[in-house]
Amino acid sequence: MIPTVGYSHYLILSAVLFTIGVFGVLFRRNLIIIFMSIELMLNSVNLALVAISKFTQSPDGQIFVFFVITVAAAEAAVGLAIVISLFRNKQTTAVDEINIMKG
Amino acid sequence: MWHSIIFWILATLCVGCALCVVWQKNPVVSAVFLVGSFLALAGLYLNLSAPFLAAIQIIIYAGAIMVLFVFVMMLLDLHHPLDLYFRFTKPKLPKAIALGLFVWLLCTLILATAFPLALPESSQGFTITQIATLLFSKYAFPFELTSLLLLVAMVGGVVLAKKK
Repeated sequence: MIPTVGYSHYLILSAVLFTIGVFGVLFRRNLIIIFMSIELMLNSVNLALVAISKFTQSPDGQIFVFFVITVAAAEAAVGLAIVISLFRNKQTTAVDEINIMKG
Repeated sequence: MWHSIIFWILATLCVGCALCVVWQKNPVVSAVFLVGSFLALAGLYLNLSAPFLAAIQIIIYAGAIMVLFVFVMMLLDLHHPLDLYFRFTKPKLPKAIALGLFVWLLCTLILATAFPLALPESSQGFTITQIATLLFSKYAFPFELTSLLLLVAMVGGVVLAKKK
């Protein structure tokens, strides 16, 4: 018998996806994979917003998802432009070889 | 009943694809798995009776953003040894502990909040008319700001990626 799915399931799925995204950002060294992990985190937040929007029965949450998607698109465009210019200068996309700022 | 079955299928698919994204050596394969994760999320939006968002998700995320990623990977020469990229960055243990604590905290907070267990089966989603009315009345100013943000992102992308 399949247990009934409630809002908590959606939110926990969202938390798990967010954690997978944080895992990618913390552990991977390929800049492009890190960007994909950030997209994953943004998507998990979108899922939580849609679930809460259904819970509160108001479309405000869905409007927020639109704005998040727009910001994600802008972020992807600017971030990938930075990756391209970085690759042109350093010939690498490994984050631990990018240490000009001694970070 | 069907709602639960679809949820479990899509959730498994989504988490599996997301894990593949962070575990894959090859970024191109990661991108394909990320598209799979986005499609599963679009299915979950449909399950939550938000069909317009599901369409937006497929068009913008799986269409536009992932095509951008794949184009950039095509521009970059990613023929370096992939194993070098796959090694996880150190220190591993503190990061793993922090991640575990983080997911535990999130799940505890979610479970401590009293959400009703079952989703109302009968409730319909919002129509595009309702969403658009709200977007162009209450959220008109953020909507206009968004156009400015996109303009800045476009100009910024061109300036950053331009050759000196």
